[in-house]
Amino acid sequence: MDRIPILRMGEFLLVTIQVDMHDQLAVSLQDDLTAKIVKTGAKGVLIDISALEMVDSFIGRMIANISSMSSVLDAHTVVVGMQPAVAITLVELGLSLRGVTTALSVDRGMHLLRRAMGGEEAADVRGQE
Amino acid sequence: MFVAKSETLPVRTEQDIVVVRQTVRKLAQKASFSLVDQTKIVTAASELARNTVVHGGGGSMQWEVIQDGGRTGLRLTFEDQGPGISNLEFAMMDGWTTGAGLGMGLSGSKRLVNEFEIFSEPNKGTRVTIARWK
Repeated sequence: MDRIPILRMGEFLLVTIQVDMHDQLAVSLQDDLTAKIVKTGAKGVLIDISALEMVDSFIGRMIANISSMSSVLDAHTVVVGMQPAVAITLVELGLSLRGVTTALSVDRGMHLLRRAMGGEEAADVRGQE
Repeated sequence: MFVAKSETLPVRTEQDIVVVRQTVRKLAQKASFSLVDQTKIVTAASELARNTVVHGGGGSMQWEVIQDGGRTGLRLTFEDQGPGISNLEFAMMDGWTTGAGLGMGLSGSKRLVNEFEIFSEPNKGTRVTIARWK
């Protein structure tokens, strides 16, 4: 069965969704990603959805789930690159993805993740002193 | 109003939901829908196709390219012979769900199109017709 690849980049996990996902693929991504967070101890997850031409309630729920699951597992999630037409449709559909951190580009998303982690690192250093 | 072109697709599996999305996208592009309008009807089709598979136990989608005066539209009819919906009034409400979903499928897809019609009879099935004009 096909799977969406999850790349590791330092302390971050990177996911780029480039296919029109069927529901089971979205569920597998959720499972794979949470397993990988635990395995690698990743502190941040960046999900690039710039290639997604539509997000319906199922995929929207998957994105919201990933975000809250990773937060429970002590990792921040940022969803980047949502197309404007997708955002308009999503809100009109009735989903606002509350609680999901978003950024317009990968660069800005990485910046958000680093900043979220920077705060933690500073706290760690103080703890060690 | 007349139907310029029409075809029926099976909607039985998760993979069929993806095919529905791709077919509707192509049709909407051919009808020169704006990108936002394409996305809206594709998203509505995805919601209704999932309902057909998950709640209706599988069925079909008929697509029609419709013309009225100078305008072009796309009409989609999702039909199944499943258990039907016992309370349509509830089913059309935001957040009301019998499954594991968010309960946005029916009410949400209605907001994404210009015309929405639902007909359902317990133990006979459900038929939802939507249309969006360019």
